[in-house]
Amino acid sequence: MPLLGFGVLAFALAWVAYKAFARGFGVEGGAPDWIRVTLAGLTLAALYFVIASGFTLIFGLMRVVNMAHGSLYLLGAYIAFEFQQHHVVSWLWGVVVASLGVGLVGLAMHQVFLRWNQGQELRQALLTIALSFIFADQMLAYFGGAQHYIQAPGAIAGNVDFGIFCTTEGIFGGTCLTFPAFRLVVLGIAVCVALALVLLIRRTSFGIAVRAGVDDPAMASACGINVEAVNAIAFFFGSTLAGLGGALAGAFLVIAPGEDADFLLKALVVVIIGGMGSLGGAAIGALALGLLETWAPQYLPGNWSNYSILLTFVLLVFVLAVRPFGLFGRPE
Amino acid sequence: MVPLRRRFEAAPAKWINRTIALGILVFLVLAPPLDAVSEFNLSQIGIRALWMGIAAASVVFLARYAGMVSLGQTAIYGVAGFTYADLVVKLGVGQWPAIFAGIGTAVLIGLAVGYVASRTTGIYFLMLTLAIAVIAYYFYLQVSEVSGQTGLHLDRAPALVGGDTISHPTRLYYTALLLSALVYLSVRYLARTPFGLALQGMRDDPIRLQSLGFNISLLRTLAFGVGALIASIAGILSVFFNLQIAPSSIDINQTIIVLAVAVVGGLAHLEGAWIGALVYSLLAEYTQPWAEHLPHALQKPLGSERYPTWLGLVFLTVLLASPGGLMGLWHGAVGWLGRRLTAGRPQPVQPELL
Repeated sequence: MPLLGFGVLAFALAWVAYKAFARGFGVEGGAPDWIRVTLAGLTLAALYFVIASGFTLIFGLMRVVNMAHGSLYLLGAYIAFEFQQHHVVSWLWGVVVASLGVGLVGLAMHQVFLRWNQGQELRQALLTIALSFIFADQMLAYFGGAQHYIQAPGAIAGNVDFGIFCTTEGIFGGTCLTFPAFRLVVLGIAVCVALALVLLIRRTSFGIAVRAGVDDPAMASACGINVEAVNAIAFFFGSTLAGLGGALAGAFLVIAPGEDADFLLKALVVVIIGGMGSLGGAAIGALALGLLETWAPQYLPGNWSNYSILLTFVLLVFVLAVRPFGLFGRPE
Repeated sequence: MVPLRRRFEAAPAKWINRTIALGILVFLVLAPPLDAVSEFNLSQIGIRALWMGIAAASVVFLARYAGMVSLGQTAIYGVAGFTYADLVVKLGVGQWPAIFAGIGTAVLIGLAVGYVASRTTGIYFLMLTLAIAVIAYYFYLQVSEVSGQTGLHLDRAPALVGGDTISHPTRLYYTALLLSALVYLSVRYLARTPFGLALQGMRDDPIRLQSLGFNISLLRTLAFGVGALIASIAGILSVFFNLQIAPSSIDINQTIIVLAVAVVGGLAHLEGAWIGALVYSLLAEYTQPWAEHLPHALQKPLGSERYPTWLGLVFLTVLLASPGGLMGLWHGAVGWLGRRLTAGRPQPVQPELL
């Protein structure tokens, strides 16, 4: 089974390379398209990482599967949108308010519904499912069923011109390889979030407390670490990341009812692939899912592209077949 | 009179439960000929509670006997319903071959999913089955060859269940009642077979059962297959009932509703599935009339359109206050009454899953 998994992976990569570069590496070949699609995949992966890192942080520390993570994502998007619409604040302030606001909602959720039944994993998961159901209906009541978009700030709203792969023909003279600047900003933000998280976990005393709490809550508590406070802060951070993801995504993906389920699926798939509780795993899982989702519609044979959703399932199946706890997961 | 009394004294709780169950069954069978409920209620409350009850029973079966809490049952009943509807609508296959093909496909896919999921347990299993449910939803949404957004519409169900079930629901009601009883009795029977006992052993201590020579992965896969069979019956019934199936019939809301129905009824009691489904059907139909009387300020969050919120609140309340669900409360109360009536005798312990 592992061999079959690697075989399928190798075949998939070879297939993408064949479709992209069979006609050479120049402008007339598929190279500019490949770069554009791959960059789109990377920015999608960046967004998935931001969202899934919050999910995996909360799980790693508290063994809480926050099934309302998708709802927190959508709430962040709506808050950022509303602030931009009605309070005429800059895009950046909208993002900050949305992230912190969602962080507070997550913190309240933890304090009211999850804190007192720590250890009852299934009950906590079901509680967050019930909350996500209520959140979805309430967001429908207050924000309506219409689709919304957040306006990206003027400075990063346009396209970046890379000045390579330029064509000389065409009505407007030459055009070169371009890519939306905002998506590159999202990619940059995700890299910063990843670095900040690694520094936070590896280098600060809070990070030490978190790692101690993950390994042995009772012993950490006996050593004088306030595990309750660490849990609360971690839940706040994890929810903030979901809100940040929503506020960022609103400027290049649609904000609408149902997106909460979509992004809960993304977070689940990323952490099931990467392994629950592992930041590195979340990064690998996000990369795999992001590239799969952009490569598949582009490079699958024409009439198969409808079936690209099934590839997500195939990816899950092969990873679980090789490693039942995900690539970097540890058995209980 | 004497043997009846002796039976009562031997196990009063069981006697009370059986008497009430018999009463409910007689009512359910006699309700249509006696016009005890309106045709609207018979259809929207009765049939819906029965088919949703079967769907939830597949969740309860997996949770109660195999210790697997699944969110994937909507995906399975969706496969059954869509396959049946596709064969009838798009390929013009006869009703009965299409029905059996639908159930067969769903069970095969259920076995495959069960095999993949059999290596995970607890919340990992819950997450994986949720992912599978959402993937199934997007599959039917995106692949227009099998469904597409608008879904599939049938002209009529088989004549045996009443053909046009929307105007003439009585036959479908009896079909759903019969199938519910069949599912209930079969699961109760299955629990006493060697297979059922092995499942319960696996639920309680997988490692010990494995060391006795049982194949845990095979047991989990087969349990999921049985769950898929039950769910696929619900899927076919839902198509009979709605005469249509669309991706929104298996979206995440529906996925959560089926789980909520099972939990509200009580994961430790099979009959709870139908009780939870009854609560759901009543909320879905009757939230609107009385929620209109709420104060104006509450209309937006809790008003007549907000029955999902009400259902979510019921789900949340049950999880917070009574993890055993409504049947857990019921059996607790009857058990207490029974102990009062026969003080001093040992009582069977009810399993607690949450």
